Amino acid sequence: MKRSPAVAERPATRSGFDVEAVRRDFPILQTNVRGKPLVYLDSGATSQKPQAVIDTISRFYEAENANIHRGVYYLSERATLAHEAARVRIQRALNARDPGEIIFVRGTTEAINLVAYSFVRPALRPGDEILVSAMEHHSNIVPWQLVAGEQGARIRVIPMNDRGELLMDELPALIGPKTSMVAVTHVSNALGTVNPIEEIVAMAHARGVPVLVDGAQAVPHGPVDVQRLGCDFYAFSGHKAFGPTGIGVLYGRAERLAGMQPFQGGGDMIRSVTFEHTEYADPPARFEAGTPDISGAIGLAAAFDYVESIGWDVLKPHEADLMQYATGVLEAIPGVRLIGTAGHKAAVVSFVLDGVHPHDLGTILDQEGVAIRAGHHCAQPVMDRFGIPATARASLAFYNNRQDVDALAAAVTRARKVFAG
Amino acid sequence: MTDLADLYQQVILDHNRNPRNFGPLAGATCQAQGHNPLCGDRVTVFARVSGPTIEEVAFQGSGCAISKAAASMMTTLVKGRSVAEVEALATRFHSMVTSDPNVPVEAADLGKLAAFAGVRAFPTRVKCATLPWHALRAVIRGAGEPVSTE
Ligand SMILES: Cc1ncc(COP(=O)(O)O)c(C=O)c1O
Repeated sequence: MKRSPAVAERPATRSGFDVEAVRRDFPILQTNVRGKPLVYLDSGATSQKPQAVIDTISRFYEAENANIHRGVYYLSERATLAHEAARVRIQRALNARDPGEIIFVRGTTEAINLVAYSFVRPALRPGDEILVSAMEHHSNIVPWQLVAGEQGARIRVIPMNDRGELLMDELPALIGPKTSMVAVTHVSNALGTVNPIEEIVAMAHARGVPVLVDGAQAVPHGPVDVQRLGCDFYAFSGHKAFGPTGIGVLYGRAERLAGMQPFQGGGDMIRSVTFEHTEYADPPARFEAGTPDISGAIGLAAAFDYVESIGWDVLKPHEADLMQYATGVLEAIPGVRLIGTAGHKAAVVSFVLDGVHPHDLGTILDQEGVAIRAGHHCAQPVMDRFGIPATARASLAFYNNRQDVDALAAAVTRARKVFAG
Repeated sequence: MTDLADLYQQVILDHNRNPRNFGPLAGATCQAQGHNPLCGDRVTVFARVSGPTIEEVAFQGSGCAISKAAASMMTTLVKGRSVAEVEALATRFHSMVTSDPNVPVEAADLGKLAAFAGVRAFPTRVKCATLPWHALRAVIRGAGEPVSTE
């Protein structure tokens, strides 16, 4: 049988998805590290950026830069339009009802802090409870602790099993009249678990409790529909979703946002100011004091455009295939134990290697050009739950291929040899 | 690859596998904790200090090979030495691991500790090597508070 050389060079997956073509869209994936081609398996920390996003940001600074909501001149009008178009772009991506439900922030961390300070704190009473899950990133724990501590409220925790799945049976008993907020992650950054958000929202709403979802690790791996999830707030970071650093999004349901206090004071968030009194602007402007990250918002919209141009319908199967491959390859290495084996997982393979500390593993892998994260992944309670100080974590994105996984496996095997002495 | 071999020298791998003076110290007069928040390494150093002399020293904790080996070798070197000598050794060790990796180390005044010269080529790992020494310093200075590399 005759094979076309083009096919032999770039094997496409069953779905016809050409990962090599996608890789060429990401300039950094063409670079070498320590003389070896970069194998980037730390997208959970931050994603790489496609040329389209880089170009959009450059173009903005080269030809469109001006402050927004201020000038009456051409450039300022254009910048304002582009910034608001980005908001609409993200509204559409999340299927929010209204662009006013999209608040631009610095990232997930700022989004959660905004909700903690402007929504939860004013209503919090001594003895109240904020319910989080056992697999939260520190950024979905510490803001709640800060406001709870001030008001004499406390944090309660939805436990998980040894596979890293939330014990949903315990949820009804944990949400009661004292619960002021449920804050859970959509996808765990340390374990990869995908949580049943719709179910959690249904249980919380049945008891009149609002829900915030930390979507930092979900948005980079599939479409998110905030209306279908039903949550009150949804937070994510642009930099993990192929956009630039410095920009993130808080989605808030209009009814919730309407009654909320501002988070920070300053320009752009007011209707009128005298020295005695300020009337605040409506959402989203009420929560966007000061000059925002204009190029960041536009760059993030370009990232959503880029992903849509390929389509989750082909990207998701590729990632699922890669996850399965990575899981199998790593499990086959003697001494490797996977941490996080939930039935429903995305993009993250966390593991420990017998006799080799994750930090040493990270260094040895780095010598091979393989970038992974070693540590507690800002989720110390998760490490405590599994009785380990740290894990090595390979986190995938749609631009990874099987060669990346093979390079990881080869480097892990090498690390075993170094430590076998 | 030579960098990696320099980092994980046999003596370091050996101390990692078979840490000396590992475990709590009965009759310790002081102890201190070291914590590297970046990677989660934790080490507790125990000592029995009598007058100017460190009579016994031990450590406990979890960490990477570098921090564990550094702690282990440290305990073997400071036992029976005076507090002043140990302070001086800690200073010499710290300057060595933070020195220019292209300049050969003066093995003479470092002895076995020269094995850690390899970390100089790995800036993110320097704190692993210095963590137990930070904790030891806290112990002998009587600052029994947890110490951090940050
Ligand atoms: C699940 C999760 N939540 C929150 C964050 C914090 O995101 P950022 O640092 O961009 O605010 C991260 C980032 O690591 C994360 O993985």
